[in-house]
Amino acid sequence: MALPVYTTLGQRIWHYSYLAFCTFVLFFLVAPLVAVIPLSFTSAPFLNFTPEMLSLDPEGFSTRWYKGLFGICDQDANLSTMCTDRWVVGTQNSFIIAIASTLLATFLGTLAALGLSSENMPFRRGIMALMISPLIVPLIITASGMFFFFAKVNLVASYAGIILAHTMLGIPFVVITVTSTLVGFDKSLTRSGASLGGSPAYCFYKIQMPLIAPGMISGALFAFITSFDEIVIILFIGGPEQHTLPRQMWSGIRQEISPTILAAATILVILSVLLLTTLELLRRRSERIRGITPH
Amino acid sequence: MPNEKPLVRFVDIQKSYDGDTLVVKNLNLDVAKGEFLTMLGPSGSGKTTCLMMLAGFEPATHGEIYLNDQGINKVAPHKRGIGMVFQNYALFPHMTVAENLAFPLWVRKMSKSEQDERVNKALAMVELSAFGNRRPAQLSGGQQQRVAVARSLVFDPDLVLMDEPLGALDKNLREQMQYEIKHIHENLGLTVVYVTHDQSEALTMSNRIAVFDDGIIQQCAPPEVLYEEPDNAFVANFIGENNRLLGDVVEDAGDSVKVKIDDDSGVVHANKINVEGVGSRTTLSLRPERVTVDPEPGSVPNIFAAHAKELIYLGDHIRTRFTVCGHDDFIVKIPNSAAHAQLEEGATVNIGWNVEDCRALDPSD
Ligand SMILES: Nc1ncnc2c1ncn2[C@@H]1O[C@H](COP(=O)(O)OP(=O)(O)OP(=O)(O)O)[C@@H](O)[C@H]1O
Ligand SMILES: [Mg+2]
Repeated sequence: MALPVYTTLGQRIWHYSYLAFCTFVLFFLVAPLVAVIPLSFTSAPFLNFTPEMLSLDPEGFSTRWYKGLFGICDQDANLSTMCTDRWVVGTQNSFIIAIASTLLATFLGTLAALGLSSENMPFRRGIMALMISPLIVPLIITASGMFFFFAKVNLVASYAGIILAHTMLGIPFVVITVTSTLVGFDKSLTRSGASLGGSPAYCFYKIQMPLIAPGMISGALFAFITSFDEIVIILFIGGPEQHTLPRQMWSGIRQEISPTILAAATILVILSVLLLTTLELLRRRSERIRGITPH
Repeated sequence: MPNEKPLVRFVDIQKSYDGDTLVVKNLNLDVAKGEFLTMLGPSGSGKTTCLMMLAGFEPATHGEIYLNDQGINKVAPHKRGIGMVFQNYALFPHMTVAENLAFPLWVRKMSKSEQDERVNKALAMVELSAFGNRRPAQLSGGQQQRVAVARSLVFDPDLVLMDEPLGALDKNLREQMQYEIKHIHENLGLTVVYVTHDQSEALTMSNRIAVFDDGIIQQCAPPEVLYEEPDNAFVANFIGENNRLLGDVVEDAGDSVKVKIDDDSGVVHANKINVEGVGSRTTLSLRPERVTVDPEPGSVPNIFAAHAKELIYLGDHIRTRFTVCGHDDFIVKIPNSAAHAQLEEGATVNIGWNVEDCRALDPSD
């Protein structure tokens, strides 16, 4: 980033201090994550770098915490209560709940966005605000509200209840991302599809959906992540059956601090990076389709 | 050429978007099979609205539209089988050109081989055979426009609607496309309803032109009739160049009238077209090329002294602005021949015209 020749001294100072500031912010955001990754390969059951690790002695490293995560325990497993198949169960449950609620949220959120983008829809703003509210209302309030409501309809401590609750948390993301792809959507495209003989359903499937797909997918990714690392609602309305990964981390941390948490965190970080990369690739694809050159 | 049987009939169509103001007021219009009918009119006059009602994207507030003698008010747009070219082309950006053209064929579940055959034929027709694999964003405006035309024709509709399809093109390309569309119309025997607000485009392409203003068809006639015999002051003014003189009828001789021009003693003898009897207001309409400069005395009934204010040399003719009968903006096109070479700015000459060329119409405003 070369500065233009006409920049004054003041502007230069401002520019460089701005760069320094951004660097620090990024550093503080990323440093803990970066520290977690090597630490999760420690062979000692503590959360700090042992002298063996710092001298890069192979003895200092192990994958036991990852194995523990997947229920494969070493001989000295009894040292740690963290080696239990509850991690595996938790991961499975998290995936089941996240996938189910993502599918539901994407389906319902897309329909809602389509409806809310139609000019004939009455009370659009009000309904939109209502749909977005789970993003704004403190989660603890949503969760306690849900607890009392779900208790009445027998949804507490059931998969269906958790999935519905997470769906509700995911819908705002889908509504927002799909609505924003619909803003630039040219109504004459579906009209021209109809004039060429396509039924409304066919036109939606062939014309509108491919064009709003990037919005649907990024909304779905947000919904997935939201559900995958959600803890408050699980604590409120989940029963012993609905034991998810965040819940296991939560109870693990309370019982004993062990590097298994770090292994789980590392996997979550990698998962998030993969999801974000997908998002970015999709964004580029959608821009290419719309005839904008990626930059 | 059009035959007698109407393909499309608008019967007593009214349209209001807000339930209050009518943007189309009592439209009655027949479009014959094989006809090229143009809707021409200023912005906001209701042309697109009429097209949208015919295509089925807007419901008519009142009245019925017939296609092949069938009322189509309750037929969904995708079941009408009407091809349409949208003003912004509306090509599907995520499909290639060939896929765009194949879309109506997929819907009709045609075999792969027939699809390919038709797509290739359509691409050849608009001279884009080499572009089948490109996406619309990789084409120029004119090429996209041709794809849009090809797509509206590829499924062999009887009727094609085009809403200002050439609006975005530059002048040369527009003229070229006008001829291409015209040829396609003639070769395929299509019926075309075309919307434009460019009068020269309408005059070049159409069998008939419906001139819209304020939600009403002011006149619907072949181009030469519209130009030579406008029914009212709006049409006279909208189509081609026109001189207007306002005045009162002072004498009514059945098929001609004498009109006293405002603020002046001049009395013009005019053809009675669209005006009441003695005492009513009228607009006289006169084409600039129908005025003779320096006529033989007595050769034409209307001869007036005119003051040349401005001369513009245009090659084949000289456009001259006169003051006549107190009116400032009286334009005369003087052919660039030896006989007329001597006129100068500021000179006073006699100009004259025939009764038939001067039409007494309604007092427009
Ligand atoms: N969807 C709509 N809702 C409300 N009013 C509308 C709508 N579409 C058009 N109008 C109004 O109806 C009138 C006719 O519009 P229309 O689009 O038919 O004009 P047009 O003749 O096609 O003009 P142009 O040459 O500018 O395209 C205008 O006054 C316009 O404001
Ligand atoms: Mg229009």
